[in-house]
Amino acid sequence: MAETLVPPAALPSTTTSNIPEYSVSEISAAVKRTLEGAFGRVRVRGEITELKRYSSGHIYFSLKDENGKLSGIIWKSAVSRLGLVPENGVEVIATGRVTAYGERSSYQIIVERMEYAGAGALLAKIEMLRARLAEEGLFAETRKRALPVLPRLVGVITSEQGAVLQDIRTTIARRFPRAILLWPVPVQGEGAAARIAAAIAGMSALPASGPIPRPDVLIVARGGGSLEDLMAFNDEAVVRAAAGCSIPLISAVGHETDTTLIDFASDRRAPTPTAAAELAVPSRIELAADVAQKTGRLATAVSRLMGEGRLRVTGAGRGLPDMAAVLGQARQRLDDRAERLRMAPRTLLMMRRAEWRHAAERLPAPDAWLDGLRRQVREAETRLRLGLPQLLGLRRNAMALGVQGLASGLRHRIAVLAQAEARISARLRPAPVEAGHREARAHLAGLSARLDSVSYMAVLERGFALVSDAAGHPLTRAEEVGRGAALAIRFADGSVGATADGGDPAASRAARPRPPTRQGSLL
Amino acid sequence: MSASLAPIPSDVAALSFEEALAELEKIVRGLESGQQKLEEAITAFERGSALRRHCEAKLAEAETRIQAIVERADGSLGTRPLA
Repeated sequence: MAETLVPPAALPSTTTSNIPEYSVSEISAAVKRTLEGAFGRVRVRGEITELKRYSSGHIYFSLKDENGKLSGIIWKSAVSRLGLVPENGVEVIATGRVTAYGERSSYQIIVERMEYAGAGALLAKIEMLRARLAEEGLFAETRKRALPVLPRLVGVITSEQGAVLQDIRTTIARRFPRAILLWPVPVQGEGAAARIAAAIAGMSALPASGPIPRPDVLIVARGGGSLEDLMAFNDEAVVRAAAGCSIPLISAVGHETDTTLIDFASDRRAPTPTAAAELAVPSRIELAADVAQKTGRLATAVSRLMGEGRLRVTGAGRGLPDMAAVLGQARQRLDDRAERLRMAPRTLLMMRRAEWRHAAERLPAPDAWLDGLRRQVREAETRLRLGLPQLLGLRRNAMALGVQGLASGLRHRIAVLAQAEARISARLRPAPVEAGHREARAHLAGLSARLDSVSYMAVLERGFALVSDAAGHPLTRAEEVGRGAALAIRFADGSVGATADGGDPAASRAARPRPPTRQGSLL
Repeated sequence: MSASLAPIPSDVAALSFEEALAELEKIVRGLESGQQKLEEAITAFERGSALRRHCEAKLAEAETRIQAIVERADGSLGTRPLA
């Protein structure tokens, strides 16, 4: 290396100076040789900045720290094997060769590999991706789907070797034996992320009725490891595949404290592969208990409904009248009436017979009655026979006595009458009687005279006349006499018919206030 | 229960376990509310019994088979049994 720094002594000098002279090319080549020879392969730690991807596929960038900056190049051929995707702001450790670029008088590092410079840098890089994908809405809660309660087939994406698959298998077999479909993938190292992303997309694309059965739920799992070991599950392609998976997906990467970006995109995150299997399949015992409990509730509810229905029927029946009792009563009444009906003629007959018997008892026996009558007749006959002569005798005696009495009475009466006659004859002398007659006759004449004086006949005697109408009713007013009316004029010795001639009624009315002068002297 | 001897109706058999379990729960709640007519309750009970048998049949299906996906050279997929 030292020899390359020694100026060629053989070169001629055009100056007096002892300093050798180089062409630009010569010095550039010399510097390049010196740099490449002095450093060879180096590891440089710095933050990526000024990153540019050229269309040629090469990546140009700079690594910087507090005081320096180093240009870097990743040739296209190295990009895929780099180990990470370089991004600005990420602190990395770049492995490569330092070289000079003589045309530009610059030096740079040609990077072959790149790794994150410590956990902090890695986490910062993950956080940047997480923020970007979150902003895109890839982790939204609304995207989360419910896991099936009882999957028929469980898809698993993990390494075929290792404890993870075993844990999942034993857990599923313990809880609820289910078929498992494994998609074997490398879970770390170069190309792991791409294989995992392809496996998720492949499972998602399985048709429902293809030759390969489509899982009902998917588990993407990996055992514990360093942050770098788990980096495949922070890969953007893996996260996007998980977010876009058509099958409900459970992620279980690393240990409980590890969180990878696939956990944000999955439908459920399990802390361990065992926990993922527990989420994927239910406990058969618990389900059976659930079904048994529901079955019990079903039977209880139905029997309670039946019991209530029965109670309601009984209750309703209680409200109804007791038909048997009602019928019984009716039947009893009917029997009673029927019996009485049946008995009625006989009873009536018995009653009538009793009445008849009673009456018959009161009836005298015809013979005895006749005997009685006969006896009475005989008695009467006897008494008649005995009594008649006696009666005749008595009557005869009484008659004799009566005749005697009558004769004596008559005699006595005659005597009394004779005496009375004598007395009356003595008092009935003609003189007093005649005197009385005269007196009475005089009195009668007086009374007659007085009677005559008040009679209109007497007035007629005195020259007045009584005018009456044809019917004989006295007429006392001129106005009562119509023209041509038939009149009867009564004089003391008889009546004369007359007819009223034409007197003016008005004149006669006018004359009314004036009483007839001739009549004024009446009485 | 004698109802368990009857075949499971096809519409019940087509249900997933969780659908059958959810419907069974609904029927049980409906019956427990006591609001149904007796005829409806009996129909619901019969359906509930069928759902229960379907659920139990689903629970009886226990399969431990495990297969792995194989990516063939032509890019197509196949499966192989896994021990």
